Amino acid sequence: MAHSGPMTDWRKAKLPVIAFLAPATIIYTLFMIYPLLDSIRLSFYATPSGGEAAFVGLDNYRTILADPDWASVFWNSFWNNMKFFAVHMLVQNPIGIALAGILSLPQLRFRNTYRTMMIMPTMLSVVIVGFIWQLILSPVWGVGADLLDIVGLKSLFGPWLGKEASALITLSFISVWQWVGIPLMLIYAALLAIPDDLVDAAVVDGATHFEVFIHIKLPLVLPTVAMVSILTFVGNFNAFDLIYAVKGALAGPNFSTDIMGTLFYRTFFGYQLQLGNPHLGATVASLMFLIILGGVLFYLFAIQRRLARYQM
Amino acid sequence: MSFSNIRREDASRAVIVHAILLTYTLVALYPIFLIVINAFKTRKGIFRDPMGLPNAETFSIEGFTKVLAKSNFELFFYNSFTVTIVTIVIVLLLASMAAWALSEYKFPGNTALALYLAIGIMVPIRLGSVSILNLIVDLGLVNTLTALVLVYVAQGLPLAIFILTEFMHQIPKDLKEAARCDGVGEFKIFFAIILPLIRPAVATVAVFTMIPIWNDLWFPLILAPGDGKQTITLGVQQFIGQYVTDWNAVLASLSLAIIPILILYLIFSRQLIRGLTSGAVK
Repeated sequence: MAHSGPMTDWRKAKLPVIAFLAPATIIYTLFMIYPLLDSIRLSFYATPSGGEAAFVGLDNYRTILADPDWASVFWNSFWNNMKFFAVHMLVQNPIGIALAGILSLPQLRFRNTYRTMMIMPTMLSVVIVGFIWQLILSPVWGVGADLLDIVGLKSLFGPWLGKEASALITLSFISVWQWVGIPLMLIYAALLAIPDDLVDAAVVDGATHFEVFIHIKLPLVLPTVAMVSILTFVGNFNAFDLIYAVKGALAGPNFSTDIMGTLFYRTFFGYQLQLGNPHLGATVASLMFLIILGGVLFYLFAIQRRLARYQM
Repeated sequence: MSFSNIRREDASRAVIVHAILLTYTLVALYPIFLIVINAFKTRKGIFRDPMGLPNAETFSIEGFTKVLAKSNFELFFYNSFTVTIVTIVIVLLLASMAAWALSEYKFPGNTALALYLAIGIMVPIRLGSVSILNLIVDLGLVNTLTALVLVYVAQGLPLAIFILTEFMHQIPKDLKEAARCDGVGEFKIFFAIILPLIRPAVATVAVFTMIPIWNDLWFPLILAPGDGKQTITLGVQQFIGQYVTDWNAVLASLSLAIIPILILYLIFSRQLIRGLTSGAVK
């Protein structure tokens, strides 16, 4: 969007400008930027039992990434998180794009009602969504098996959330069910913003709605698709609530649902016999920060720039 | 091809489109519906006929009476409401002030400050939790709603400032210039002219700020997990952990958490969508 830029010289209004900016900047700096930086600082310190915190350089990182006990846990949670992200990219975003495409068809009736209903799960708390699905998938209740019976797939039902092989995938699908609303909303909004004349010309030439969507509309909303992807990445590598609500901090069975967020929580607060360790916790947080930063920079410099050139 | 053929083809295409949309709507809503209907049944009804609506035989509100008797849901609601409302008011006021200054005044470092304030859109505040907890302990604010409000204000400001700055660029110049010619002060221009003008954007920002706060588990869990300061999300989580085998109580507590959000959502959904489609997110 082209802006004219700020217009008024601030020297005519120094006091108001400072008064307008100071409160937001101070709270944001104190409770967001300072803690982020201080967490990174803390990751370079350690507190020996009964002693004062001392600078230990990269020791904590060596512990997390190379100590046999820690490294296996860390990489397990990292790869689980990658799988969690992959399911969102491969299932959530294509479904969101497809539904947005259908909803933006011309002369569709009840479009607003559909949209409102489909986005509803996105508004609920992750904790509530976790419990809803835990109940539905519970073999004790059996309603999940009954539902599958309606489509003739009852034989497939199993205690998915309790099995090591299927728990993480099941939780990923629960999360997808909840968050489909985000790509749906953002891509729908982007599709609506496409000028009609671009589409009309193709329609006059006899293209079907599907062809128009694939060849004209989708390329035009690629920047939004890229933005949705990076939002998904940041959200997934910062996820915690769902796993904690359904599986607890231990992310069972046998850590098969452990992701970075639950590892961070356990390292920071401890669990069962292991004591919490703020310095190692800060180290895990800093590693998460690096991963998220890597993703965001990749988006900004590799994807967004290329898309911007493509759009011209 | 004759016209009637085209119309028939259109009609069959419409049927397919609506079938797809209805199927997904069912997938999205049925799980929620299932939880809510079963919350109004006896234990027998829940297990014998999970998909049936409550009837004269199975209707019961024992789950709700249990939840209200055994836990402090009213208090948790009150806590969540307080935290959410106070945070929204502060975020909206501080963010519109900052957005106004960034979009209206030329000063050194304007762009740099805007970028600095935007970092928080992409970097999750949770990653600073170790230091946030230290800070809250030092301030003596553990197990207070104030701790949550401070963190949530910091969390909500970046996106709010970003959206409102975009919006304020669209305010016509003439309005401000006319006011300045009449000698109206800078503060008064903001509070009397600009604030009323940005009301539509403010509604969108309010919804975006509200949802993650109301639904958050992380910060209530680490900053205010006890002393009757639990929010509704944490309260439900703790309650279900305790009564996990009491299906009536679990279903009722989930419904109590779901229903207010659904009502709020149905009231505000139009605002939310309008904000999105009017260019708030590009």
